[in-house]
Amino acid sequence: MIVHVGSVLHAYTGGKSAVEASGRTVRAVLADLERRFPGLRFRVIDEQERIRTHMRIYVGNRPVSDLASAVKAEDELHILGALSGG
Amino acid sequence: MKKRTRSSQEPTLLVGTAKGAFAIASDGNRRRWTLRGPFHFGSRVHDFRADPRDRKTWLATSTGGHLGPTIFRSTDRGRSWKEATRPPRFGSLGKKRKPGRATGSRGQAVTIDFFLAPGSAGERGSWYCGTSPSGLFRSDDGGRSWSGIPGFNDAPTWWDWTEGGKSGSPEGALLHSIEVDPRDREHLFVSMSSGGTFESFDLGRHWKPLNRGVAAPVPTPSPDYGHDPHCMILHPADPDRLYQQNHCGIYRLDRARTDTWERIGRNMPRAVGDIGFPIVAHPSDPDTVWVFPMDGTQLWPRTSPGGRPAVYRTRDGGVRWERLDGGLPRRDCFWTVFRQAMAADADERRTGLYFGTTCGEVWASRDGGESWARVAEHLPRILSLRVT
Repeated sequence: MIVHVGSVLHAYTGGKSAVEASGRTVRAVLADLERRFPGLRFRVIDEQERIRTHMRIYVGNRPVSDLASAVKAEDELHILGALSGG
Repeated sequence: MKKRTRSSQEPTLLVGTAKGAFAIASDGNRRRWTLRGPFHFGSRVHDFRADPRDRKTWLATSTGGHLGPTIFRSTDRGRSWKEATRPPRFGSLGKKRKPGRATGSRGQAVTIDFFLAPGSAGERGSWYCGTSPSGLFRSDDGGRSWSGIPGFNDAPTWWDWTEGGKSGSPEGALLHSIEVDPRDREHLFVSMSSGGTFESFDLGRHWKPLNRGVAAPVPTPSPDYGHDPHCMILHPADPDRLYQQNHCGIYRLDRARTDTWERIGRNMPRAVGDIGFPIVAHPSDPDTVWVFPMDGTQLWPRTSPGGRPAVYRTRDGGVRWERLDGGLPRRDCFWTVFRQAMAADADERRTGLYFGTTCGEVWASRDGGESWARVAEHLPRILSLRVT
């Protein structure tokens, strides 16, 4: 599937805003991303398996808060910095 | 004349800011300064330190506005950086367990890697990190991977001392001062805002409060913990002597003789008071330290008293204090110097003293604070300043 990553993560993806990853859940996709881009996951997910306060994950246009959420191969995932600034 | 050590000949200031890190290198006379950076642009760098054992390895903490906290490492003085493979992180609670005394810090999530301290001189590659919420972490591989110290983080006392991780500064609960006895690598001290100062004799397996004599703004008379040290140092010239700048005064402790702190800040001018963030040691004289007082009255503006910034120095262990403000703004000046944003170099005779301000200025003195010159301005809010 295609994973769109916000600019705050481009240091991990070599500047790419869209990358390939696979998995049947959000957690599995994040694990695959971590294999491809070491260090990325901990910047997004804390050590208690919570999405960090100012990060957002969408499957398609649906925001998710549960890492066990299912994803399909044709889905597109978005990992973005939240609109929490001023 | 005493010799000047290598690090004092061409000191470099490692400056952590709210928007990245900078290195400001001096010439041999400490008159010309050259700025490099920013490194980790856009990140909050609460601490940025060189390894005193090789002086070429630099560690920088990094917390993004969006991203979680991490630590970066450079072995070529900032030309290239690698991220820690395992940054500091608390343990998990496990299923069906509720947070409480029995779980200590487990279940917490690190939000800031706040304070870095190298381990003992004989343990190359060892580092400590203090975090928010208050946690103590150690690396034995030069900062590549970090593990919590269970005797501190996971003990029931952690819950008591940190009020379950909640009690803290406006920045959050902070573990911010970590000192290693240079004679005994197992003898450690840490301080927390808030919580107080704590001591271990067994490399962090067990800890005891070390707060006797320190004032605390609570109704409980002489509590064992719950104090608010802002900065605690072990004096490099006398490892039995500790100093702390506390939310409630300036203190000295001669540890070999007593476990009771003495409030040496009572000797400061009454109009200035003895509140501040940093306290800095002279490289070779255990009676000499510098502080940077701030206004701790009424609403605690935490700016220089009267809008007139000054460093204060004692050269007799706190009996007398002298105002040092030559070259600093004389009026209408309202910045602050944070707890790890002031440092001395290793020149024993004409000690270089440096501080960074919340308005992004770096000031330097080549004569122990007698006279000051601004060596950088227009930087972001400065969170830390270290000398290498």
